[in-house]
Amino acid sequence: MTSLGSPVAAATGRPDEPPAARHGFRDSVRGTVRRARDGDLGMLPVVAGVVVIWTIFQSLNRTFLSSTNLVNLAFDMVPLGVIALGIVCVLLVGQIDLSVGSVSGVAAATTGVVMVRHEQSVWLAILVAAGVGALIGWLYGQVLNRFGVPSFVVTLGGLLAFLGTQLWLLRGQNAINLPYDSGLVRFAQVWFVPDVAAYALMLLAAGGFLAVGLTRARSRRRAGLSSVSPRWLAAQSLALAAALLFAVYYLNRTRGVPWMFVLFVGLVLILHYVLTRTGFGRSLYAVGGNAEAARRAGIDVRGVYTAAFVLCSTLAATGGVLAAARLAAANQSTGTSDVNLNAIAAAVIGGTSLFGGRGSAFAALLGVVVIQSISSGLTLLNLDSSYRFVITGCVLLVAVGLDSAARRSRQAHGRG
Amino acid sequence: MTSSAIPGTASGTPPGPGPGTAGTGVLSLRGVSKQFGAVAALSGIDLDVAAGEVVAVVGDNGAGKSTLVKILSGVYAPDAGTVSVHGREVSFDSPGAAHALGIATVYQDLALCENLDVKANLFLGQELRPWMLDDVAMEKRSWELLRELRARIPSLDVPVAALSGGQRQTVAIARALLGRPEVVLLDEPTAALGVAQTAEVLNLIERLRDNGLGIVMISHNMEDVRAVADRVAVLRLGRNNGVFDARGVSSEEIVAAITGAADNAVSQRATRRAAIPREEEEQQ
Repeated sequence: MTSLGSPVAAATGRPDEPPAARHGFRDSVRGTVRRARDGDLGMLPVVAGVVVIWTIFQSLNRTFLSSTNLVNLAFDMVPLGVIALGIVCVLLVGQIDLSVGSVSGVAAATTGVVMVRHEQSVWLAILVAAGVGALIGWLYGQVLNRFGVPSFVVTLGGLLAFLGTQLWLLRGQNAINLPYDSGLVRFAQVWFVPDVAAYALMLLAAGGFLAVGLTRARSRRRAGLSSVSPRWLAAQSLALAAALLFAVYYLNRTRGVPWMFVLFVGLVLILHYVLTRTGFGRSLYAVGGNAEAARRAGIDVRGVYTAAFVLCSTLAATGGVLAAARLAAANQSTGTSDVNLNAIAAAVIGGTSLFGGRGSAFAALLGVVVIQSISSGLTLLNLDSSYRFVITGCVLLVAVGLDSAARRSRQAHGRG
Repeated sequence: MTSSAIPGTASGTPPGPGPGTAGTGVLSLRGVSKQFGAVAALSGIDLDVAAGEVVAVVGDNGAGKSTLVKILSGVYAPDAGTVSVHGREVSFDSPGAAHALGIATVYQDLALCENLDVKANLFLGQELRPWMLDDVAMEKRSWELLRELRARIPSLDVPVAALSGGQRQTVAIARALLGRPEVVLLDEPTAALGVAQTAEVLNLIERLRDNGLGIVMISHNMEDVRAVADRVAVLRLGRNNGVFDARGVSSEEIVAAITGAADNAVSQRATRRAAIPREEEEQQ
């Protein structure tokens, strides 16, 4: 009779043995291939989609893949991308926020009011705008938790109410122009990473990827668990470094890498860490997968819902501030029109499930690349928004269709 | 588990826990009652569980089994009566509090997140180092736990959705054991399982018992109860209706206690079927 957890019991197991720990290069490659075949395609379909879209637009218009246009693309995708990051958070817990556009509009107007009408500092303006966003998210969380109103309805109400708030803030003015010489506008229009620093940053990123991977692999190997082969990690880092350096080289041929884009990627990486490496991130997935099970496991489900909405609205507000900065104005149409649906579409195209519990921070990044590429390509072709709406809608359908197909394949191969 | 039931010695007289035995078990209930409005779901329930013992709680629908589970898992508080752990009277009002007292519950629906992998489910809500998850330690501990249970789980990285029913049951049980409880409460552990998987789960229950845990198993299945239980406590209409030594009791006697009559639908059916010749039955 051995007590649970004793080394004696641990040494006697047989049919339950963990599969022999594997560390080899071939095993790592094989594992990746097997997962892909089983329908766990990860980001592959979206990346393939981007390649197809870029090829098509490049063949229609020679300037699409030019350095100048890609620099613009890197700028333009940031506001929408930051909003889509927030959408990923609420979709993960199985909720939805239809009001992110209006919230971003309110934040943009708030920035204008604080900065221009009250002549306060940029930082205060950003802080107030983000605070307004956080407050709105908290409010959504309370209504959802206390009254059990579906988030679909709560945020639909918010969509109208905050659109009204935005118009009220701008009272009579069509737009509040932000001064061109303010740091915020310059950040969103003309601030680039110096050439050499950009290369260094990319090498740092690839080196960081390698260092994190090696550290994790070593501690797993020490614990007798399967780990990724160091050579496979090195190969991946080399490929990553090559791709990043080439991208920087290409962008540096004209204006370079915008700081705003670096900020966006930084936010993606932070959210990625939170989602994959913290208990809070895990509780987001758990609540989205099975809220009742999460509750019985001791997770504060209501708190998680509130946190997801606060994150989403704060990121939406941040996106609104960046949109105003990019335009150098907060106007009545900031955040209106298709911003809501584009942000949700970006998250979904990137592989976030509408039903909760599945998705990642990189989904927002890749999804927004798709959406913004289409928008940019159609603008270059002088096609108006009617075409853009139709085509974006079709791409969304294809993305969701692909996701469903992959999901069926996963189920068929017993990978959930 | 030796199945050396001595035929013919079955005795219907419930040896029932007398007042003198109170406090000898890990867990004991005395006079536990629960009302829902005018309905008395449980009245005056006594139950004792000793370390290294499997107590099956059986009863018909509406006998109060689920209410008992919910009281022991901390979902409901009893209206009257006492719950003692190691002879010390305790009260708890949340699943977390029950767990902290050493009573772990494996729910009938398992309460697993299908989108998360095995180790994430095992440590759900009690992750190690929540600000920088210690995956290595959690995975190591998960393997240790599953190894002790001699569970056949192919990989810890697959989402629970990819596992079979028996494997999921194992994961749910493993999760309950993570806090090193003294009593494990299993609500209908074999209800959704096939023949082989049921056997695996029963083996698992025996291993837990051999490790010195007290097990309360709520079940409908007489075969499983007789296969694994040491004692069988019968509930009928919210009251104790006898405690039997599982080795010395027949299914018919348990059924009689559950239904409250020796001449019941189950026994009538058994007699009728015994009367029909086999070939005739096959032709039908």
